[in-house]
Amino acid sequence: MTTKAILDDLREWTGPDLRIMEVCGTHTAAIMQSGLRSLLPTGITLISGPGCPVCITPAAYVDKAVELAMRPNYRLYAFGDMLKVKGTDKSLSDAKADGGHVRFVYSPLDLLGFAEKEPQFTHVFAAVGFETTAPIYGMLVKKAYEKGLPNLEILTALRTILPALELILESGDPIDAFLAPGHVSAIIGSAGYSDLAQRYQRPFSVAGFSPEHILYAIWQLAHAVRNGRHDVCNLYPGVVHQEGNLKALALLDDVFESGPSAWRGIGILPGSGLFLRNKYAAFDAGSHGLDADPPPNPACRCTDVILGRIHPTACPLFGTICTPGCAQGPCMVSAEGACGIWHRFRGE
Amino acid sequence: MKKTVMAHGSGGTQTAALIAEVFAKHLSNPFLDKMEDAAVLPLQGPCVFSTDSFVVDPVIFPGGDIGKLAVCGTVNDLLCMGATPRWLSAGFILEEGLPFDLLEEIARSMKSAADEAGIVIAAADTKVVEGNGGLFINTSGIGTLGRRAPIRANGGQPGDAVLVSGHLGDHHACILSRRLAIENGIRSDCAILSPLLSVLRRNKINIHAMRDITRGGLATVLNELCLASGVRCRLEEDLIPTSPEVAAFCGILGLDPLYMGNEGKLLLFVPEDQAEMAVNALRRTEAGLHAVKIGNLLAEDPLLPARARVLIQTRLGGQRPVDSLSGEGLPRIC
Repeated sequence: MTTKAILDDLREWTGPDLRIMEVCGTHTAAIMQSGLRSLLPTGITLISGPGCPVCITPAAYVDKAVELAMRPNYRLYAFGDMLKVKGTDKSLSDAKADGGHVRFVYSPLDLLGFAEKEPQFTHVFAAVGFETTAPIYGMLVKKAYEKGLPNLEILTALRTILPALELILESGDPIDAFLAPGHVSAIIGSAGYSDLAQRYQRPFSVAGFSPEHILYAIWQLAHAVRNGRHDVCNLYPGVVHQEGNLKALALLDDVFESGPSAWRGIGILPGSGLFLRNKYAAFDAGSHGLDADPPPNPACRCTDVILGRIHPTACPLFGTICTPGCAQGPCMVSAEGACGIWHRFRGE
Repeated sequence: MKKTVMAHGSGGTQTAALIAEVFAKHLSNPFLDKMEDAAVLPLQGPCVFSTDSFVVDPVIFPGGDIGKLAVCGTVNDLLCMGATPRWLSAGFILEEGLPFDLLEEIARSMKSAADEAGIVIAAADTKVVEGNGGLFINTSGIGTLGRRAPIRANGGQPGDAVLVSGHLGDHHACILSRRLAIENGIRSDCAILSPLLSVLRRNKINIHAMRDITRGGLATVLNELCLASGVRCRLEEDLIPTSPEVAAFCGILGLDPLYMGNEGKLLLFVPEDQAEMAVNALRRTEAGLHAVKIGNLLAEDPLLPARARVLIQTRLGGQRPVDSLSGEGLPRIC
């Protein structure tokens, strides 16, 4: 089917009215960038989901990272997005301005070199992410273990996506269908959603990130709902396999175990966190119990945004008090956060 | 290896030695050689005056260095006002521990860029501060207008063609690659824009407004010019030029070339009936090889929100607004 045929078909959509959640921030950005919303009929609404790892990391985690960065014999590393997120009081950027050693790197594996080159420092990576990035942290720890590096650690805030989707489905918010995250699915496999699809009778579509791909997935989901189907459709077979990436899954299983973890604005979800197993405990920089999450600005509605209950623009702070330059909540801080993306591409 | 020490900034004999060994040696000209407190400039008629500071890290990168950048940056600002660049001052802040070899290389590069631009470095100063071998340069420049009127930011008119002189994001992607130690062939586009302006002038293109595309990228510069001109703008996503390598780099890192800085690219508003001639003229220059028209200016519409001033027609047929850069971009790209 051509893109034009899909657009024509959707333009004549007569219902039912649909709310489709795009789980992943990269999808949200691609949707905004392509102006896709402006091409959908009024009956189909796209809702941004909880797929931004930075947005759901509790304040206590940032506080701990800041504390480590301020220790004179510590070197803290993170992906760029993490630097701007405020903890209770400070962000890693603030810690850097206060003289802490914070550096953003492209690959966590760079730390292996740093740790060997500067043995007098403990090198810590702020390991935040979903299943997509977790295997890289797993590889880092495994290599550090093999090399016997005593001065390399990770501070984990690793989350798995399925418990969050289950929470959304369980909370009764009317999401009719899910655009499943392409990168996470590459690791966990399209079959990962089968159980949720069956239990809650909702269709899932795994898609890549080109606008045409996303459009096709939306069309496929719309027709699935109309026809009463609730299966998992893998539209990204070149990258995503049904059973996932077995090597990565084996690595994750070797290095991490799941446990309860706190999601900013949501609370503790059982089995939603990944923590280093006992064998690798020496590489943990203190990741357990970082659950405390003092409410940001009381008017901030990040929780509702993360759970897909409201569009970012429905938050009273959006674009007024809360902007990327002066973010009140994590959804505005991160480039992958729904509010940040909506603010960047606002005006539709 | 000889390096700067605090004494090189003392004003005494070591300072004199530093000047003799580096700056007098490489930047020599009749103005500087007089070693006076100030240069005497034969100014006539209206002038434009601009200043800019350069803190790029790393100081040497594929396609340029901080010295070349410090000359190009100020010269291009003068050129974009429609002026002929004439005199430049250069203030150096050196951190202790800076190798003389490196400083000499940068001074040579400044001299060569200044010669290419036809601008004379008529005043210079050096300070040394504590640190770790870093280097910062401020340049201020004067350009003369002769009988030409300056080209102002507010000259864009509804219907004008919007042109860019080549691929977006090259400088930004180059610096970011070096900073992250990613190996690729991306080079900075750092260049003097004189050849582009010469061909436009030779072809009698009536430039309504123009600006070089630096920090904040095309999105920011275009919003600024549209706001100043009181117009809106519609771009075609398909026409916005990026090199395949920069496009791939941006794809991997999740960056948007619309917000990435260049150091040798122009944004121009010209009358629609001159657009084709202007593009063809630009393409005859090395720096303008990939010049292209990317859209048109539209009349102000008071009913539309201000942030929808610049709109992009996407490949899919959708439409989205393009706002100025918000928050921080990559620090120290220029």
